[in-house]
Amino acid sequence: MKDFWIYLAILAGSTYLIRAIPFAAFQKKIKSRFARSFLYYIPYTVLAAMTIPAALQATGHIFSAAAGLLVGGLFAFKGKGLTFVAVASCIAALAVELLLKFVFPNVSF
Amino acid sequence: MRGLKGGIPIGLGYLSVSFTFGIMAVSYGFAWWQAVVISMMTLTSAGQLAGIGVMVHPGQYMEMLISQITINLRYSFMSVSLSQKTSPSFRGIKRWLLGFFMTDEIFAVASAEDEVDTKFFLGLSVMPYIGWTLGTLFGSLLGSVLPDMVLNALCLAIYGMFLAIIAPVAKTSKPVLLVVAVAAVLHCVFAFVPVLNQISSGLTVSICAVLAAVLGAILFPVKDEEVTS
Repeated sequence: MKDFWIYLAILAGSTYLIRAIPFAAFQKKIKSRFARSFLYYIPYTVLAAMTIPAALQATGHIFSAAAGLLVGGLFAFKGKGLTFVAVASCIAALAVELLLKFVFPNVSF
Repeated sequence: MRGLKGGIPIGLGYLSVSFTFGIMAVSYGFAWWQAVVISMMTLTSAGQLAGIGVMVHPGQYMEMLISQITINLRYSFMSVSLSQKTSPSFRGIKRWLLGFFMTDEIFAVASAEDEVDTKFFLGLSVMPYIGWTLGTLFGSLLGSVLPDMVLNALCLAIYGMFLAIIAPVAKTSKPVLLVVAVAAVLHCVFAFVPVLNQISSGLTVSICAVLAAVLGAILFPVKDEEVTS
């Protein structure tokens, strides 16, 4: 139990500080064009690296995950909002999981 | 008020993701209230997941610290990035308090703004925080009643959200499309090539993201208007 609180302090403390220190420290505009460009691209590359390939392993089958990503990606490119795309991904993945379970129960992947 | 509204889709997304976290925490042997306390104090997905993995072994404090730093390093970049977009009054103690809410999604929505003021950022953080906490509570209490298939599908929600953040920008900006593709391909290399796939995924996310963003900054330095708008 004592372990839990120490662990929690490290987990929560390090997560907080890694967010708050840079946020509080950089009060001025950064002038370097390279740094500004880097900061412009970094959020998108972080999200991309977090999604690929982990999302393909997020569900029970790579097929359901791929279907979910494909459908989500399609709607995202059509300009649909966050919730719509997220729900569409889940429904597509669920549909493929159902298909795999009930229509092709004997096929192993 | 506009911020509060902007946080609703994030909160819904978090509800399903933290639901999964609640289920996993209980399956690791944690009590429901421990899962909820972890979520309320940490507010991060990958870090918490790795965190409960370390917590099941006693006394590995150093390992906890190192894994958290590597997994969460991306937040530092986001914090610096958003620090360039805040309104003049959003500084000092406000930054120390609200920095807590710098998650991937809150950051992504906030950085789509021309200027982020304290009120907007706080409003934006409310629904995600509630969603993250309630989702953990529900997941840890009643996760066992849902079929695996539904749980599997729910795990995709967070990634669907990521796609929805990247796509509109990648559609209009070729450089963004390219750096995003580079980051994704690089991460596949790290995930599947022997030796490289031994590195923790939190660290590889940071490495790939930084390399791709550096490439973008070298090849396609942005004009000032692009950065501020």
